[in-house]
Amino acid sequence: MSMRTPLGRVLGLGSAKSGTEDFWVQRVTAIANVPLTLAGLFLVISLTGHSYPGIKQILGSPLVAVLMILFIIANVWHMKIGVQVVIEDYVHDHLQKLTLVILNNFFAWAVGLACMFAILKISFGV
Amino acid sequence: MAETHAPIQRPLSPHLGIYRLTLSMVMSGLHRITGLALVAGMVLITWWLLAAAAGQNAYGTFEGFATSWIGRVILFGFSWALLHHLLGGLRYLIWDLGYGLEAAEREWLVRANIIGSIVATILLWLLLVMFGMR
Repeated sequence: MSMRTPLGRVLGLGSAKSGTEDFWVQRVTAIANVPLTLAGLFLVISLTGHSYPGIKQILGSPLVAVLMILFIIANVWHMKIGVQVVIEDYVHDHLQKLTLVILNNFFAWAVGLACMFAILKISFGV
Repeated sequence: MAETHAPIQRPLSPHLGIYRLTLSMVMSGLHRITGLALVAGMVLITWWLLAAAAGQNAYGTFEGFATSWIGRVILFGFSWALLHHLLGGLRYLIWDLGYGLEAAEREWLVRANIIGSIVATILLWLLLVMFGMR
């Protein structure tokens, strides 16, 4: 049983019932993406010239794999919110908007999970 | 008794079309467009990682795409969009904190964003070539 008043529960949450969470997470993931993307570009540069076995070995090393998983989480999350904002800005029909936002969620989860699965598979070498 | 009045001439907000287009407006749109382009970039990253996990043949297919001329053009565009969006994001973080909002500072940040993204992209590809890109 909540001690909060009905008014207190909804204040600041707006019509989407989730308040400014997306706004805030978009900025936090943006900050995280700066060093992670620079690390990703550094990785791509250091992978150039390597053949497949060498690339697999570098991608599978623990430090690289952990950084890549962080890169995927922060970037996919940022992507999911960013695309949703664009949908909400330009699609005005409620059903279309709902459909696209849900598809965007499915897409983000599928891409994020596929990338993480691939990184782990390379790391564990199975 | 109700009296009939001529409609009051209230000031109307100016239509968006009469604003002078500024560079920061264009850059705002470009931040969105590069952001959406990066969705395609994320699909390429997914393909790359899944191919690396799947094995030599799948990786060869990805490499075939990445080293083809169309693949190179797409990857070059992807790298520019990424760096442009990254620098643009830093610009918005600076503005979110309340800094750099004076007219001259705004213009400077916007120009630094464009020039910085182009220079960084060229630098990245020079490094890739130096490190033996095939």
